Amino acid sequence: MAPEEVFLRGRFKEKKSLSINLQIVDVQKNYQDVQALKSVSLNLQGNKIIVFLGVNGAGKTSLMRILAGLENPDYGQIFFNNRPVVAKELRTFTTLVFQKTAMFSMNVYDNLAYGLRIRKFPDEEISDRIAEALNDVRLSGFEKRRAKKLSGGEQQRVALARALLLDCNVLLFDEPTANLDPNSAAIIEKTIVEKKREDRIIVMATHNLHQARRLADEIIHIHDGKVIEVASSKEFFENPKCEISRKFINGELDF
Amino acid sequence: MADVFVQAFEQAIKLICSGDPEVYGAVYRSIYVTGLGTLLACTWSIPIAIFLGLYSFRGRWVIRGLFNGLIGVPTVALGLLLYLLMSNSGVFGSFKLLYTLNGIAIGQAILITPIIVTFIANALGSADTQLRDLAKTLGASSLHVNLTLIRETVWSIILAITAAFNRGFGELGVALLIGGGFVSETSVLTTGIALQINFGNFDVAMAYAIILVVIVIAIALTVNLIERLRSGEWPLRKFFLGVGLRRKKA
Repeated sequence: MAPEEVFLRGRFKEKKSLSINLQIVDVQKNYQDVQALKSVSLNLQGNKIIVFLGVNGAGKTSLMRILAGLENPDYGQIFFNNRPVVAKELRTFTTLVFQKTAMFSMNVYDNLAYGLRIRKFPDEEISDRIAEALNDVRLSGFEKRRAKKLSGGEQQRVALARALLLDCNVLLFDEPTANLDPNSAAIIEKTIVEKKREDRIIVMATHNLHQARRLADEIIHIHDGKVIEVASSKEFFENPKCEISRKFINGELDF
Repeated sequence: MADVFVQAFEQAIKLICSGDPEVYGAVYRSIYVTGLGTLLACTWSIPIAIFLGLYSFRGRWVIRGLFNGLIGVPTVALGLLLYLLMSNSGVFGSFKLLYTLNGIAIGQAILITPIIVTFIANALGSADTQLRDLAKTLGASSLHVNLTLIRETVWSIILAITAAFNRGFGELGVALLIGGGFVSETSVLTTGIALQINFGNFDVAMAYAIILVVIVIAIALTVNLIERLRSGEWPLRKFFLGVGLRRKKA
């Protein structure tokens, strides 16, 4: 793809080609005595949905938190478009939707406007973006409602809208539909699929095989803090190369 | 005994209803002293609480433990210490604070400082860590994150200040030792109760006690009501809605 002038969102602005990449090189993370990530190296590209698949405790969330800039790795480095980045920089062009929804004690509009106000967007643009984002997640007209009073599914859709309207280059979803009603889950999945773009990396962590099969373009199977397999969704489910992956797909994995 | 109580209660109500200047003077002085004391305490307690609640540093638990322990300090002991410091031969004797309302206010400010610091630091410290992470993932700087957490716990902060005010309003030791109590200019509700009982004026003491309790409860209820209204819980609307629903069913 020919290089073009693209202004990356947030405060991270530089000229780059449309396609972007996020490299994780030899990342390790320990929590006291537990080694959550053991030398993870990956190359994540835009315009596809990448799914971190693995059992609970495999290290998916630890990796997501490092990619979101919430934690620094104990060892290793993250590169964005071949430039090394630290946690603080990562937070300017990534955003994370958590499994357990967190809402500020404000109405839906102010919850959504939070990130945009920090980025000093003008009020008019904030209003336009919020209207569009709420429409995306089918919550138009919810602006004045208190966010904490919404149902779990509605709160998660607000969280999704809040992340989307920042227009970040890296969107991270940590089991975004866990424990949600099918309607909200379907809306969230549909919205995530619609947001695929050349200059956007979408990563979702899940242990739900059906969801991974439905959404993933690329599967990264993480097990016991290590990347076990990287494959296209079709390849992973039809012909897993690794024995652990095969067992995981067949529900035979002991952990 | 019951007769004495009933008589005192009746007299107290009469005194309150008649707008007795002695009673209402004590009410005014109590509100002034504790209000000023709470304001003073807030000026230093809130920054200390924010620092202790939001920032980690070596030995933080010792300082928090110290403030926690100071909540239970006997007011008479603190009053005695302050009396010695404010007396003519004391370190702060030159400020002539002894037997003044401002002196009592300073004493109460010191008394309630541990309450404000501990309650606010605990509220900030226990603020959902996910909110901290959420603010960060939305691009907030450390300052923004901390301001967000303070805003999220603002009602805990208000409740801490209310609890501190009520503690100051109902304390006796500091007000009696610094204010003297025998001087009508520095007599507040609590010292008034103690002194009027000594004089055998149970009705006046009872009037003071009723007002004291009513004010403390009224403040607590008002803060609670405002919090409920703010969080979208409209008790009255809910009540009327409930009545309406019951009527409909009938």
